[in-house]
Amino acid sequence: MISSILQTLPQVLIDGLALGAIYAVVALGYTMVYGILELINFAHGEIFMTGAFVGTTVLFMFQSFGWLGGLPAWFSYLLIILIAMMVTGSLGVGIERVAYRPLRKAPKLISLISAFGVSFVLQDVVRFIAQLKTGNYIVTSDSLFSGRMTLDTSAISSVFGNASIKANTIIILIVAVLLMAGLDIFVNRTKWGVAMRAVAQDRETASLMSINVNKIVVLTFFIGSALGGATGVLFAQQYGTIDPYIGFILGMKAFTAAVLGGIGNIRGAMFGGIVIGILEMFASSNLGILTHGSFGAEYKDVFAFMILIIVLIFKPEGLFGRAVKEKV
Amino acid sequence: MGNMGKLKHWLAANKAAQGGLLAAFILVTAGAVYGMDKSVVAFLLLLASLLLLYFTSFSNKIKWMAAGLLLIIIIPFATSGGSSYEAYMEVASQCGIYVAMALGLNIVVGFAGLLDMGFVAFFAVGAYTYGIFATGQANNFISGDMFPLSGGYFWIFILLGGFMAGIFGILLGLPVLRVKGDYLAIVTLGFGEIIRIIFNNLEKPVNITNGAMGLSSIQPPNLFGFQFTFPHQFYFIVLLILGVVIFAVRRLEYSRLGRSWKAVRENEIAAQSMGIPLIRTKLTAFAIGASFSGMMGVVFAAKQTFIDPTSFTLIESTTILVMVVLGGMGSVPGVILGASLVTILNLQVLTELTNWLNQLSSRGVIQVPDALSPSKMQRLIFGLILILVAVFRPNGLIRAKNRKVQLDQTDRSVKPNPISGQASGASSVNE
Repeated sequence: MISSILQTLPQVLIDGLALGAIYAVVALGYTMVYGILELINFAHGEIFMTGAFVGTTVLFMFQSFGWLGGLPAWFSYLLIILIAMMVTGSLGVGIERVAYRPLRKAPKLISLISAFGVSFVLQDVVRFIAQLKTGNYIVTSDSLFSGRMTLDTSAISSVFGNASIKANTIIILIVAVLLMAGLDIFVNRTKWGVAMRAVAQDRETASLMSINVNKIVVLTFFIGSALGGATGVLFAQQYGTIDPYIGFILGMKAFTAAVLGGIGNIRGAMFGGIVIGILEMFASSNLGILTHGSFGAEYKDVFAFMILIIVLIFKPEGLFGRAVKEKV
Repeated sequence: MGNMGKLKHWLAANKAAQGGLLAAFILVTAGAVYGMDKSVVAFLLLLASLLLLYFTSFSNKIKWMAAGLLLIIIIPFATSGGSSYEAYMEVASQCGIYVAMALGLNIVVGFAGLLDMGFVAFFAVGAYTYGIFATGQANNFISGDMFPLSGGYFWIFILLGGFMAGIFGILLGLPVLRVKGDYLAIVTLGFGEIIRIIFNNLEKPVNITNGAMGLSSIQPPNLFGFQFTFPHQFYFIVLLILGVVIFAVRRLEYSRLGRSWKAVRENEIAAQSMGIPLIRTKLTAFAIGASFSGMMGVVFAAKQTFIDPTSFTLIESTTILVMVVLGGMGSVPGVILGASLVTILNLQVLTELTNWLNQLSSRGVIQVPDALSPSKMQRLIFGLILILVAVFRPNGLIRAKNRKVQLDQTDRSVKPNPISGQASGASSVNE
């Protein structure tokens, strides 16, 4: 049993890392919005999904124009990601304006309900468009980088098997690290970042310090949603098949990652994402072996939700967060 | 204003006129339903007479009697005229099932202020409780070849399903003691998904739920040899349980427990310091809300004679939430209205619209792509309802009212305390 788990371990770690990087970037979106408005933006998973669809659409358009042969692959990849980021960023800003801003002073329950509403509307609108254009809402996209190479992990020790790594996986890791590092620098080093942290600390005091709170909130939504959209493109490239309902379950897991790391904490979200990604891959490939076939990979989602519930019950502030004293 | 305003005024003052108009309305619509072969509009108008009845100024006792008369005699009789009797009755029983569930969720969300996004899990628990024992499925883990149980056990299982769902409600409620607000919504959502995944996969190591295949040929209920198979027969079972549920909810709302729920909703810490046991109050809200849902789950399983995990997805949970939010959180008449509206929208209006569009496109009048068929727009419509209600009418269609309490009952000359009057106005759901 142990030996077969060890055999697959390098592959599990690599796949888990790629998935974890995706979770981490999506989790950043949850964390940023929560940090600034104390609102869980349920529609974030759907923004991610929209990003995946926008990216795939742009890719198809490039193909039909015959541009793909002319441009270097990395350049079209970059272009696709940038376009998806612009679209989803604006989408996020629009959602904030229509569904969240009117409710900023309303009870939390109400804004939560409107967030659920937005997520349903997005799912169906994307389904309409996809189904109208292609006849089927499950879309398969081509991969720009289809290369694959073998990592010779068995050379380290014979207990490990070899792992194979897609060129796409490497790109995901690089892009995710760039996005996360960029965000970290933006929030910690720039003037806008200081303003964002100030608003997150105390909205009213920040507005007294001549910070335009609405502008900062819009900026936060733009950046968070753009990150989500970029990850959507990465996801579509890595896994090939997308449908309008991927956002929900992935969003839930990214949210789990954000909670695990401490919601509102950017570095915690990155850490949580990687942990959840690796755990999920480990569970999906080894649950069957560990339980002698009684429970299989179909329980991997239960796994993620169990982590969520356990963390929320025993350490709601997360691994890196600080416990907040309740205001009376 | 002008004439309309005068008319309104006159109507509001004149009970006999109200009664006469209502009776005439019921007669006309009931006659239309009876006489026409299938007229959705007439059926909807007949149901709307219940709403009109609610807005009349008769005493509660008369309203309840009239509603009973409508539901037990007039509606079943009027619909029995045409060939679409069973279709109407099917809609009416589904409506009743959803009303009961929405009333259950209303206890959790509306009264106690705990947002539960996985409510359909309790419905599933009820449905599977009956489904497993009313088919041969239970033989897989209980030896002795005693199953399926006969339909006579259905009546016990209504209680048993409610009880099981109540236990699950308490299980789900346990995290509530630590988690609140948005986190609670996520935890309950996760719980609902876990339940669905488990029901979807519990065919090994022991085959309990038959997995994604679902349970088929569930025994229909049986009362002293009388078999319940048709929707018009289930209509009366649903009506009976619904009656019990409405009675219970109305009694609970103004009981000590109901007041504790509302106090916890308005301000947890203040409630606690007034001596309200937080844990017990929240857990009872979950357990009672869940048990209503579980009872209706049993009825659902018996009515469909087939259940599988696809009936218990997140969209179902959201449907029930939409009903509660649209009607007005915490308002019993509002929730009943919301649940009826949403069910009718789903089962009648959207399907009719789809049929009509399909006919048009088959005749070649207009081309409607399959992707845009209204019956597939459920998510979009629910999403829009949620956003619009949240932004423009956060209190729902019929807002919740707190019963006014005369502080000094002995001295009628003392006016009601202005502060208590204000408090009853501000009955929105606050955290």
